This record gives sequence, C-alpha cells and structure tokens, in this order.
Amino acid sequence: MTREVVIAGISEAGLDKGVFAEPVSVLDVQAQCATRAVADAGLTMADVDGVLTAGLWGMPGAGTLMPLSVVEHLGIKPRFIDGTNIGGSAFDAHVAHAAMAIERGYCDVAVITYASDQRSASGRNLAGKPPHLNMQFDSPFGLLTPIGSYALAAHRHMHEYGTTSEQLAEIAVAARRWAQLNPAATKRDELSVDDVLDSAMISDPLHKLDACLVTDGGGAVVVTTPEKLGTDARKKAVYVRGYGESVSHWTINSMPDLTTTPAAHSGPAAMRMAGVSHDDFDVVQIYDSFTITVLLTLEALGFCKPGEGGEFVSGGRIAPGGAFPMNTSGGGLSCSHPGMYGMFLLFEAVRQLRGDAGERQLDKATTALVNGTGGGLSSTATCVLSNR
Amino acid sequence: MSQDASTPSRPVPITDPATAPFWKAASQGELSLPRCEDCRRVHYYPRAVCPHCSSESLSWETLSGRGTIYSWTVSRRPAGAGFKPYVPYVVALIDLDEGARMLSNVRTDDVDSVAIGQAVRVDFEDMAEDIALPVFRPA
Ligand SMILES: [Zn+2]
Repeated sequence: MTREVVIAGISEAGLDKGVFAEPVSVLDVQAQCATRAVADAGLTMADVDGVLTAGLWGMPGAGTLMPLSVVEHLGIKPRFIDGTNIGGSAFDAHVAHAAMAIERGYCDVAVITYASDQRSASGRNLAGKPPHLNMQFDSPFGLLTPIGSYALAAHRHMHEYGTTSEQLAEIAVAARRWAQLNPAATKRDELSVDDVLDSAMISDPLHKLDACLVTDGGGAVVVTTPEKLGTDARKKAVYVRGYGESVSHWTINSMPDLTTTPAAHSGPAAMRMAGVSHDDFDVVQIYDSFTITVLLTLEALGFCKPGEGGEFVSGGRIAPGGAFPMNTSGGGLSCSHPGMYGMFLLFEAVRQLRGDAGERQLDKATTALVNGTGGGLSSTATCVLSNR
Repeated sequence: MSQDASTPSRPVPITDPATAPFWKAASQGELSLPRCEDCRRVHYYPRAVCPHCSSESLSWETLSGRGTIYSWTVSRRPAGAGFKPYVPYVVALIDLDEGARMLSNVRTDDVDSVAIGQAVRVDFEDMAEDIALPVFRPA
C-alpha cells in the first residue's frame, strides 16, 4: 500500500520584534498552531493520529520526554509518534518520517509541532552542555556553540578554495533584501556587505552578522494523504515528492570533512526519489544558521561544484530578482530563528508553492527544495515539494 | 591566565571507563589514544568500540604529541565564565601525526598568527586529580 503524501496545512506563530506577539507557553504555542494548521487543512484535531515533535525546551523536566508532553497537551491519542531530534533539520526529517508512515497506512493525518521561547525567556544555553560522554572532549576547549563549529568549517573552506568573507556576506545581504519584501520578517533595515564585515567578530572568520537571528518561534505542519482532504484543501495541498536524511557526527572533531555536509547524501537521495534534477527547482529554502551553512549546503547538494559556492552566491544571484531564488522569507538570517529553524523552511516553501507569498511571490513556483541542517553541520534532511 | 579560587573554572571532563586513561595519561604528560588491533587505526575520542571497524580489540598507545592544524577559530568572547581569562583564544582541530583528529586549543600570544597547516606540539594544563587538558603550541 503506497499513498500520495501532501503537506495540507501550516501555521506559524506570530512574532513582534522577535518575540511571541501574544505571551504564551511553549506547549500552548504548539497546541494553538497544531489546531490552526489542522484547520488550514480543513480537518480537526480529532482527525490527527500522528504527532512528531522536537525542540530544546523543558530539559530537564517536561521536555525530557518531549512527545509525551506535547501529545498530552494536545489531548489526543496518536498511533504514530516520532520525537527524532537531530537539531534544526529535525522537522524536515519529520516530513520524511510522516510520509513513510502515511504511505504505509500506519497513520492518516500527522501533525509536526515546534516551539521555542529562547528570546523572551532567554531559554537557550547550549554552552552549558555538561562535559560528559562525547562532550567531555568538546566543552573543556571553549568552542562557542554553535558558531564555533561553523567557523572552523568556514576557515577550512577559505583555505581550500579561496572563499572570502565578502562572499559570505553576500548571503546575509541577499537574505535581508528578501526580508524587506516580507512584512513578518524581524530585520528589514538596509544591510550592505560592509555592514556585515564591520560587525563584531565572534568566532573568526564569522562576524555577528554572519549569524542568524535569535528569536522566539513556533508552528505546526500537517502531513496527510489527499484522500483525507476536501476539495478546497486538496487544491492547495503541496505534494511531498522526495525526501532524504543523513547524520555524520555531533561534536565537530568527528566531522569527516569540514567542507562537505551530510546534504551530499540526503540531497541526492531526495532528488532521486522525486525523479528531479537541479534545474527543476523554482525555489530553494536552505537552512541559514550562518552564512557558511548556505554556501556549504549549495555545494553539497550539487547546485555548484565544491569550491564554487562563493561565486555562486555573488552578484545578487540569490537576492530578489536573481537567477536563483533562495530563502525568500529572509531566512534565519533576517526573518526569524528560534534555534531550530527547519520547520520555517517548510512554511516558506509551502507559501511559495501555494502562491501565498505576497510581495515576494515568485512568478513560477511549482517545485521547491527544502534542506535543513542541524547540530554543528551534523545532520541534514532534504525534501522535494511540488504543487502538482 | 592564572585563576584564583573565586574564578569559575573551565568545564572539567566527567570521565568514564573508556576515557579515564586518556585524561590520566595527560595528567602524566603523555598524549595517549586507543589503537585498533584489527584495522590498526588510532581514533579520537576514545571509545570501547573502534568507530572505524567496530572492533573491540583496542590497546592504548602513547603518541608523539605532534600534529598540524586542520582548521582553527578564535573565540572572541568566552564560552562560559571559566573561559573569560583566556579571551581571545584559539580553538582548533589538530590532525595528529598518528592519524586521529582532535579538538583542542592552540596557546599563543598572537592569535592572528595561527594558520592551517601549521605544525603544533602538545602541552598539558592541569585541571583536576588525574585530569589534564591536552592543548597545543606552535612547534
Ligand atoms: Zn578498527
């Protein structure tokens, strides 16, 4: 039994200056967004029989067994549950896991949830990782988390290929120009390459403005099969055509090659499953925790050759009006970044494929690629989505 | 860089049976890692099972302490209060001559002089009983 799989509903919590517009707990945000995403799909919570969730909240405590707290808060009894937590790419992997469950008939309607109040509650302290198990070989050396791992990769890429800080800055500038077309984006003021280069150096060679924002955020995505949907919901459904995931390490000393992310595996797997190639994508959403994340991912996915990422992103190619529309919401660099951004890549891909992206809507948006990255370039999950 | 009792310390490794010999050797001035008796490769960090071939036949070996910088960064702000006295400090990936790669610090008065490919040599900083931190200095 194999059924078609669609993303049928999305809901994103509103932000005001990077914090939740309405004060609300991380559990209530997920319940609100789940309910709204289900309604967006023309369904009700009673239809939901699958729950997938990940986050960094409530640990130790209510978040330690995160799916249990979320399911309890939703007040449902799912028969498919997934708490895969591989960092910011988790929600893109959840799409894959939900798709496999739905294809097999293991569940019919899955909701993926996420929330983070890291900005309003200052709830994130990744530097506080206890120095035990694998972290005893990481924490004592004072690598800034997570930027330090990305900085090590950036220096290595510069060394091997001559990539420059100016090229990395182009990625932040392009993101800002997209954000200027998105009224929901957190940062919309003018930004130049020089502004990025003049911002404080945090972990050489990465500056403050090479790094994503630190905001709250939350939302939900409904994955189901078209037969569960009414006519209206079916019209705006976005098909999940391919998916792939990969993990190579957690601590950066175990990353085999700092210039090749696991997207070199997850990307081709997803494209092969979907039967598409690079030229088929009208828009891509690439996890941009840092500028270097984007450059490495474009190379790993094969949009350009290893070492050509710097040139690929230069000259406004990834900015509005450029040949390669990417991160059209403004991304984690300028729209929002609640710590685990992978769900927000899905939101923007779905908006573009539905034709709901307002001033930043692309003329042609039929097929999209989403690629999440988690940890310290540790995990990736790739999804190929299309509106037919 | 000296710390008095009121200064928060850097995180002290919480060892386990597979890792304690590494930290103890460091406290005795030696860099030591497990070598696999099947695939003959050295691995970092120390485990009870070889990550290269899954063998459990491992024996500890004292290494030369020499390596080269694979990549590096400078922490311009502290990763927690215990690192404040060190800012700015170099965190680097070191390719050891024997083949494993480890994360460590490169101690130098001139953080801007560090470069990929630079030869480095291990040194040790005492942290607790039977635990010293292997760090590196330009060779
Ligand atoms: Zn072995």
